[in-house]
Amino acid sequence: MVAYGLWVINKAGGLVYQKNFPVPTIPDRGLAPLTSNEYLVLAGTLHGIHAITSRLSPTGSGSGAQVIEGETFKMTIHLTSTGTKFVLLTSLNDGTAEIMLQRVYEAYADTVMKNPFHTLEMPIRSELFDVRINALFSNQL
Amino acid sequence: MTSKQYKSIGDDLWKSRTEKINAELFTLTYGALVVQLIQDYEDYAEVNKQLEKMGYNIGTRLIEDFLARSSLGRCSDFKEVGEVVAKVGFKTFLNITPVVVHIPPSSSAPGQPPSGATFTLTLEENPLAEFVELPDEALEGGLWFSNVLCGVLRGALEMVQMQVEATFVSDVLRGDDTTEIRVKLIKYLEEEVPVGDD
Repeated sequence: MVAYGLWVINKAGGLVYQKNFPVPTIPDRGLAPLTSNEYLVLAGTLHGIHAITSRLSPTGSGSGAQVIEGETFKMTIHLTSTGTKFVLLTSLNDGTAEIMLQRVYEAYADTVMKNPFHTLEMPIRSELFDVRINALFSNQL
Repeated sequence: MTSKQYKSIGDDLWKSRTEKINAELFTLTYGALVVQLIQDYEDYAEVNKQLEKMGYNIGTRLIEDFLARSSLGRCSDFKEVGEVVAKVGFKTFLNITPVVVHIPPSSSAPGQPPSGATFTLTLEENPLAEFVELPDEALEGGLWFSNVLCGVLRGALEMVQMQVEATFVSDVLRGDDTTEIRVKLIKYLEEEVPVGDD
Protein backbone atom coordinates (compact mmCIF):
# COMPACT_ATOMS: atom_id res chain seq x y z
CA MET A 1 0.00 0.00 0.00
CA VAL A 2 1.32 3.39 -0.94
CA ALA A 3 0.09 6.71 0.32
CA TYR A 4 0.10 9.44 -2.28
CA GLY A 5 -1.23 12.40 -0.39
CA LEU A 6 -2.82 13.75 2.76
CA TRP A 7 -5.29 16.61 3.12
CA VAL A 8 -6.73 18.10 6.30
CA ILE A 9 -9.94 20.07 5.83
CA ASN A 10 -11.45 22.21 8.58
CA LYS A 11 -15.11 22.21 9.51
CA ALA A 12 -15.88 25.11 7.17
CA GLY A 13 -14.49 23.26 4.16
CA GLY A 14 -11.18 25.12 3.94
CA LEU A 15 -7.97 23.25 3.31
CA VAL A 16 -5.62 23.65 6.28
CA TYR A 17 -2.95 21.12 5.35
CA GLN A 18 -1.86 19.38 2.20
CA LYS A 19 1.07 17.08 1.54
CA ASN A 20 2.06 14.87 -1.35
CA PHE A 21 4.24 11.87 -0.65
CA PRO A 22 6.91 10.84 -3.14
CA VAL A 23 6.54 7.35 -4.58
CA PRO A 24 10.12 6.11 -4.79
CA THR A 25 9.45 2.80 -6.51
CA ILE A 26 8.11 4.48 -9.62
CA PRO A 27 10.03 7.61 -10.53
CA ASP A 28 7.92 10.58 -11.54
CA ARG A 29 4.81 8.87 -10.27
CA GLY A 30 2.76 10.04 -7.40
CA LEU A 31 0.37 12.96 -7.52
CA ALA A 32 1.09 15.74 -9.97
CA PRO A 33 1.70 18.90 -8.01
CA LEU A 34 -1.04 21.48 -8.33
CA THR A 35 -1.08 25.13 -7.36
CA SER A 36 -2.20 25.91 -3.85
CA ASN A 37 -5.33 27.53 -5.25
CA GLU A 38 -6.25 24.34 -7.06
CA TYR A 39 -5.85 22.37 -3.85
CA LEU A 40 -8.13 24.82 -2.06
CA VAL A 41 -10.79 24.41 -4.72
CA LEU A 42 -10.53 20.62 -4.65
CA ALA A 43 -10.81 20.53 -0.88
CA GLY A 44 -13.82 22.82 -0.88
CA THR A 45 -15.49 20.70 -3.53
CA LEU A 46 -14.81 17.55 -1.57
CA HIS A 47 -16.27 19.15 1.52
CA GLY A 48 -19.44 19.97 -0.41
CA ILE A 49 -19.72 16.47 -1.82
CA HIS A 50 -19.18 15.00 1.61
CA ALA A 51 -21.96 17.14 3.03
CA ILE A 52 -24.32 16.04 0.25
CA THR A 53 -23.53 12.37 0.69
CA SER A 54 -24.26 12.61 4.39
CA ARG A 55 -27.85 13.47 3.57
CA LEU A 56 -28.29 10.55 1.22
CA SER A 57 -28.36 7.86 3.87
CA PRO A 58 -31.46 5.71 3.57
CA THR A 59 -31.51 5.04 7.29
CA GLY A 60 -31.68 8.55 8.62
CA SER A 61 -28.53 10.18 9.87
CA GLY A 62 -25.19 8.84 8.86
CA SER A 63 -21.75 10.03 7.95
CA GLY A 64 -20.84 11.18 4.49
CA ALA A 65 -18.73 9.29 2.00
CA GLN A 66 -15.86 7.45 3.67
CA VAL A 67 -14.14 5.82 0.72
CA ILE A 68 -14.04 6.97 -2.87
CA GLU A 69 -12.35 4.66 -5.34
CA GLY A 70 -11.11 5.35 -8.80
CA GLU A 71 -9.27 3.19 -11.29
CA THR A 72 -5.87 3.98 -9.94
CA PHE A 73 -6.35 5.30 -6.44
CA LYS A 74 -8.44 5.19 -3.32
CA MET A 75 -9.47 8.18 -1.22
CA THR A 76 -10.31 7.56 2.43
CA ILE A 77 -12.04 10.27 4.46
CA HIS A 78 -12.03 10.30 8.24
CA LEU A 79 -14.56 12.70 9.71
CA THR A 80 -14.06 13.62 13.34
CA SER A 81 -16.84 14.55 15.71
CA THR A 82 -15.59 18.12 15.55
CA GLY A 83 -16.10 18.39 11.80
CA THR A 84 -12.48 18.15 10.72
CA LYS A 85 -11.83 15.87 7.75
CA PHE A 86 -8.66 13.90 7.24
CA VAL A 87 -8.33 12.70 3.65
CA LEU A 88 -5.75 10.15 2.56
CA LEU A 89 -5.08 9.30 -1.08
CA THR A 90 -3.61 5.85 -1.50
CA SER A 91 -3.13 3.05 -3.95
CA LEU A 92 -6.03 0.69 -4.49
CA ASN A 93 -4.53 -2.26 -2.68
CA ASP A 94 -4.59 -0.47 0.62
CA GLY A 95 -5.98 -1.83 3.85
CA THR A 96 -4.53 0.44 6.47
CA ALA A 97 -5.79 3.88 5.44
CA GLU A 98 -8.20 4.16 8.38
CA ILE A 99 -5.50 3.25 10.88
CA MET A 100 -3.07 5.74 9.35
CA LEU A 101 -5.72 8.43 9.48
CA GLN A 102 -6.34 7.68 13.13
CA ARG A 103 -2.62 8.17 13.78
CA VAL A 104 -2.68 11.39 11.78
CA TYR A 105 -5.56 12.55 13.97
CA GLU A 106 -3.54 11.79 17.09
CA ALA A 107 -0.55 13.69 15.69
CA TYR A 108 -2.90 16.59 14.89
CA ALA A 109 -4.35 16.57 18.40
CA ASP A 110 -0.86 16.60 19.86
CA THR A 111 1.18 18.95 17.72
CA VAL A 112 -1.42 21.30 16.28
CA MET A 113 -4.09 21.55 18.98
CA LYS A 114 -1.67 21.82 21.84
CA ASN A 115 0.31 24.63 20.28
CA PRO A 116 -1.24 27.66 21.97
CA PHE A 117 -0.16 29.91 19.11
CA HIS A 118 -2.06 27.98 16.52
CA THR A 119 -5.37 29.61 15.61
CA LEU A 120 -8.08 27.02 15.20
CA GLU A 121 -9.41 26.34 11.69
CA MET A 122 -6.47 28.23 10.17
CA PRO A 123 -3.81 26.67 7.90
CA ILE A 124 -1.41 24.46 9.78
CA ARG A 125 2.13 25.79 9.88
CA SER A 126 3.65 23.46 12.39
CA GLU A 127 7.05 21.89 11.96
CA LEU A 128 6.25 19.36 14.64
CA PHE A 129 3.22 18.21 12.71
CA ASP A 130 5.30 17.88 9.53
CA VAL A 131 7.89 15.84 11.37
CA ARG A 132 5.24 13.52 12.79
CA ILE A 133 3.55 13.06 9.40
CA ASN A 134 6.86 12.34 7.68
CA ALA A 135 7.64 9.79 10.34
CA LEU A 136 4.25 8.14 9.92
CA PHE A 137 4.59 7.77 6.17
CA SER A 138 8.32 7.23 5.98
CA ASN A 139 8.02 3.47 5.85
CA GLN A 140 7.29 3.71 2.17
CA LEU A 141 10.58 5.45 1.50
CA MET B 1 -22.57 2.00 26.28
CA THR B 2 -23.10 1.32 29.91
CA SER B 3 -21.79 3.43 32.70
CA LYS B 4 -19.36 0.68 33.61
CA GLN B 5 -17.94 0.58 30.11
CA TYR B 6 -17.30 4.32 30.20
CA LYS B 7 -15.62 3.92 33.57
CA SER B 8 -13.29 1.28 32.22
CA ILE B 9 -12.49 3.36 29.13
CA GLY B 10 -11.67 6.26 31.42
CA ASP B 11 -9.46 4.12 33.65
CA ASP B 12 -7.66 2.69 30.67
CA LEU B 13 -7.03 6.10 29.12
CA TRP B 14 -5.70 7.47 32.40
CA LYS B 15 -3.38 4.53 32.98
CA SER B 16 -1.96 3.95 29.57
CA ARG B 17 -2.50 6.83 27.24
CA THR B 18 -1.74 9.98 29.19
CA GLU B 19 1.48 11.63 30.23
CA LYS B 20 1.58 12.44 33.92
CA ILE B 21 3.00 15.45 35.72
CA ASN B 22 3.50 16.28 39.35
CA ALA B 23 0.15 17.21 40.90
CA GLU B 24 1.66 19.83 43.20
CA LEU B 25 3.24 21.59 40.25
CA PHE B 26 -0.12 21.69 38.53
CA THR B 27 -1.89 23.02 41.61
CA LEU B 28 0.79 25.63 42.20
CA THR B 29 0.72 26.77 38.59
CA TYR B 30 -3.03 27.18 38.60
CA GLY B 31 -2.98 28.95 41.93
CA ALA B 32 -0.33 31.38 40.73
CA LEU B 33 -2.43 32.03 37.65
CA VAL B 34 -5.56 32.88 39.64
CA VAL B 35 -3.68 35.11 42.06
CA GLN B 36 -2.04 36.97 39.19
CA LEU B 37 -5.38 37.48 37.48
CA ILE B 38 -6.80 38.88 40.71
CA GLN B 39 -3.89 41.30 40.98
CA ASP B 40 -4.24 42.35 37.36
CA TYR B 41 -8.00 42.78 37.19
CA GLU B 42 -8.82 43.60 40.84
CA ASP B 43 -12.44 42.63 40.18
CA TYR B 44 -13.57 39.13 41.04
CA ALA B 45 -16.38 39.03 38.50
CA GLU B 46 -13.87 39.90 35.80
CA VAL B 47 -11.49 37.22 37.04
CA ASN B 48 -14.30 34.68 36.82
CA LYS B 49 -14.91 35.77 33.26
CA GLN B 50 -11.23 35.54 32.31
CA LEU B 51 -10.89 32.10 33.86
CA GLU B 52 -13.89 30.97 31.88
CA LYS B 53 -12.43 32.41 28.67
CA MET B 54 -9.12 30.67 29.25
CA GLY B 55 -10.98 27.48 29.92
CA TYR B 56 -12.89 27.95 26.67
CA ASN B 57 -9.64 28.14 24.70
CA ILE B 58 -8.35 25.07 26.45
CA GLY B 59 -11.60 23.19 25.88
CA THR B 60 -11.72 23.80 22.13
CA ARG B 61 -8.31 22.17 21.82
CA LEU B 62 -8.67 19.53 24.47
CA ILE B 63 -11.66 17.95 22.76
CA GLU B 64 -9.58 16.93 19.73
CA ASP B 65 -7.02 15.25 21.97
CA PHE B 66 -9.82 13.53 23.83
CA LEU B 67 -11.52 12.32 20.66
CA ALA B 68 -8.26 11.22 19.06
CA ARG B 69 -7.27 9.16 22.07
CA SER B 70 -10.60 7.73 23.06
CA SER B 71 -12.01 7.10 19.57
CA LEU B 72 -15.47 7.57 21.02
CA GLY B 73 -18.23 8.41 18.58
CA ARG B 74 -21.10 10.82 19.01
CA CYS B 75 -23.27 10.63 22.08
CA SER B 76 -26.87 9.73 21.38
CA ASP B 77 -28.35 12.16 23.91
CA PHE B 78 -27.37 14.75 26.47
CA LYS B 79 -27.54 12.22 29.27
CA GLU B 80 -24.81 10.21 27.57
CA VAL B 81 -22.79 13.41 27.20
CA GLY B 82 -22.87 13.81 30.96
CA GLU B 83 -21.74 10.23 31.49
CA VAL B 84 -18.87 10.50 29.05
CA VAL B 85 -17.73 13.88 30.42
CA ALA B 86 -17.67 12.62 33.98
CA LYS B 87 -16.41 9.09 33.59
CA VAL B 88 -14.05 9.40 30.65
CA GLY B 89 -13.25 13.10 30.28
CA PHE B 90 -12.56 14.12 33.84
CA LYS B 91 -10.88 10.79 34.53
CA THR B 92 -8.51 11.15 31.60
CA PHE B 93 -7.41 14.69 32.35
CA LEU B 94 -7.74 15.12 36.09
CA ASN B 95 -7.95 11.56 37.36
CA ILE B 96 -11.18 12.32 39.19
CA THR B 97 -14.65 10.98 38.50
CA PRO B 98 -17.32 13.48 39.51
CA VAL B 99 -20.75 12.18 40.37
CA VAL B 100 -23.25 12.88 37.61
CA VAL B 101 -26.88 13.71 38.27
CA HIS B 102 -29.18 14.18 35.29
CA ILE B 103 -32.07 16.59 35.31
CA PRO B 104 -34.39 16.15 32.35
CA PRO B 105 -35.80 19.26 30.67
CA SER B 106 -38.78 20.60 32.61
CA SER B 107 -41.27 20.18 29.82
CA SER B 108 -40.92 20.12 26.09
CA ALA B 109 -43.65 19.84 23.52
CA PRO B 110 -43.31 16.78 21.29
CA GLY B 111 -41.13 17.53 18.30
CA GLN B 112 -39.36 20.37 20.07
CA PRO B 113 -35.60 20.26 20.41
CA PRO B 114 -34.62 18.97 23.86
CA SER B 115 -33.08 22.14 25.16
CA GLY B 116 -32.89 22.69 28.86
CA ALA B 117 -31.56 19.23 29.63
CA THR B 118 -29.09 19.57 32.47
CA PHE B 119 -26.62 17.51 34.39
CA THR B 120 -24.66 18.42 37.46
CA LEU B 121 -21.15 17.27 38.25
CA THR B 122 -20.31 16.96 41.91
CA LEU B 123 -16.56 16.97 42.40
CA GLU B 124 -15.58 15.05 45.47
CA GLU B 125 -12.03 16.21 45.11
CA ASN B 126 -10.64 19.10 43.11
CA PRO B 127 -6.97 18.92 42.15
CA LEU B 128 -7.00 22.59 41.14
CA ALA B 129 -7.84 23.71 44.64
CA GLU B 130 -5.74 21.56 46.95
CA PHE B 131 -4.54 23.52 49.98
CA VAL B 132 -6.38 26.65 48.84
CA GLU B 133 -8.17 28.93 51.29
CA LEU B 134 -10.04 31.89 49.90
CA PRO B 135 -9.54 35.24 51.64
CA ASP B 136 -12.61 37.18 52.79
CA GLU B 137 -12.53 39.63 49.88
CA ALA B 138 -12.56 36.76 47.42
CA LEU B 139 -15.52 35.23 49.21
CA GLU B 140 -17.42 38.49 49.19
CA GLY B 141 -16.38 39.24 45.61
CA GLY B 142 -17.92 36.03 44.39
CA LEU B 143 -14.80 34.33 43.03
CA TRP B 144 -15.24 30.84 41.62
CA PHE B 145 -11.71 29.57 41.99
CA SER B 146 -11.96 26.70 39.52
CA ASN B 147 -14.02 28.55 36.93
CA VAL B 148 -11.60 27.46 34.24
CA LEU B 149 -13.37 24.09 34.34
CA CYS B 150 -16.65 25.69 33.25
CA GLY B 151 -14.88 27.24 30.28
CA VAL B 152 -13.28 23.94 29.33
CA LEU B 153 -16.68 22.26 29.33
CA ARG B 154 -18.25 25.02 27.26
CA GLY B 155 -15.39 25.07 24.72
CA ALA B 156 -15.14 21.33 24.34
CA LEU B 157 -18.87 20.78 23.93
CA GLU B 158 -19.20 23.65 21.49
CA MET B 159 -16.71 21.93 19.18
CA VAL B 160 -19.02 18.94 19.05
CA GLN B 161 -22.03 21.05 18.18
CA MET B 162 -23.56 21.59 21.60
CA GLN B 163 -24.06 25.04 23.03
CA VAL B 164 -24.06 24.72 26.80
CA GLU B 165 -23.96 26.92 29.84
CA ALA B 166 -21.63 25.64 32.53
CA THR B 167 -21.65 27.37 35.89
CA PHE B 168 -20.57 26.65 39.43
CA VAL B 169 -23.44 26.10 41.82
CA SER B 170 -21.42 25.60 44.97
CA ASP B 171 -17.79 25.30 46.01
CA VAL B 172 -16.28 23.92 49.19
CA LEU B 173 -13.77 26.76 49.05
CA ARG B 174 -16.68 29.10 49.66
CA GLY B 175 -17.84 27.10 52.63
CA ASP B 176 -20.50 25.10 50.80
CA ASP B 177 -20.93 21.39 51.40
CA THR B 178 -20.09 20.31 47.87
CA THR B 179 -18.33 21.51 44.75
CA GLU B 180 -20.88 21.35 42.00
CA ILE B 181 -20.92 22.41 38.35
CA ARG B 182 -24.20 22.64 36.50
CA VAL B 183 -24.10 22.06 32.74
CA LYS B 184 -27.21 23.07 30.85
CA LEU B 185 -27.81 22.41 27.17
CA ILE B 186 -28.93 25.56 25.39
CA LYS B 187 -29.25 24.08 21.93
CA TYR B 188 -27.63 21.83 19.41
CA LEU B 189 -25.67 23.83 16.86
CA GLU B 190 -26.85 23.00 13.38
CA GLU B 191 -23.88 23.42 11.14
CA GLU B 192 -23.27 21.91 7.75
CA VAL B 193 -21.25 19.23 9.49
CA PRO B 194 -22.47 15.76 8.63
CA VAL B 195 -23.32 13.63 11.62
CA GLY B 196 -20.74 10.91 12.09
CA ASP B 197 -22.21 7.46 12.30
CA ASP B 198 -21.54 5.49 15.42
